[in-house]
Amino acid sequence: MTCEELLKALNDYVDGAQLTEICEEFSEHLAGCNPCQVVVDNIRQTISLYRAGKPYEMPQGFQERLQSALQARWEQKFGRSDGQSENRFSANETGSSK
Amino acid sequence: MESQTLEKPTDLDLLRLAKTGDFSAFQQLMRELQPRVYGLAFRILRQAQDAEDATQQAFLALIEHIEDFREESSVATWVMKIASNHALKILRKKRGLRMVSMSEMSSGDSYVDMPHPEFIAPWSEPPDEIAQRAEVQQEIDNALLELDEKYRLVFVLRDVEGLSVRETAEVMELTESTVKVRLLRARLALRERLTKKFGDSSQVMIPDHKHS
Ligand SMILES: [Zn+2]
Repeated sequence: MTCEELLKALNDYVDGAQLTEICEEFSEHLAGCNPCQVVVDNIRQTISLYRAGKPYEMPQGFQERLQSALQARWEQKFGRSDGQSENRFSANETGSSK
Repeated sequence: MESQTLEKPTDLDLLRLAKTGDFSAFQQLMRELQPRVYGLAFRILRQAQDAEDATQQAFLALIEHIEDFREESSVATWVMKIASNHALKILRKKRGLRMVSMSEMSSGDSYVDMPHPEFIAPWSEPPDEIAQRAEVQQEIDNALLELDEKYRLVFVLRDVEGLSVRETAEVMELTESTVKVRLLRARLALRERLTKKFGDSSQVMIPDHKHS
């Protein structure tokens, strides 16, 4: 197994492929190779780190600007934005089939 | 994100209500998803004004196309795809012709000369604890923001936002195999940099197989 093949297999493994789907050579290698296991762990930790990070703070005032732009668009489309659509409480409307 | 009470409506409940014209349901859905949409846009565009524009355009498009949601994926995935498209559209416009390189095949798009892991060591702290430490946040952000654009984009879409490889390929207009190669390069580059920072230097490992 070349190094490139090894890294490619390692990448698929991080992406959730089962060892059996990748190749026997790789799973045997991984079982006996501590550094490769640590590389896999490191990559998973790297991904988790970005997923666990705090969300970026939105600039001040943006929230309000966004809100009014969306409300204007909503009223244009639905005619109202008081939260109660005509459909929502119309009792006769049975669950429309999709 | 995970403060669920029993009564809390799901994204899907909210979207179904929004489809009927319920603006308050739409607002609630927006509040749920807005930090992720803005974060995605910021990581793609790297500055606040553009990220705001992308966020706003994405939510406007969401209103526009709200009846097109077919419940084939989760609401969040659908929204993140729309957000990715809008952020990339802004990026393409800014880059103009240079943007061709984003979807064009180039030297980094094969496994040839893939950089090998050099600094290998287990991390001394779990990632979710590191993520809580304010003083390293900037460095973590910079590692990603300084990554070559074509690698940064696939990493953000696939690994940070959790789109599938296929969805990432669709949004980026790339083949799945190119997405995978770029993803590997992104992961290796970030792993190297972050392991130098967070790896336990007393447990550095040297692979006994030849790296060649
Ligand atoms: Zn190995």
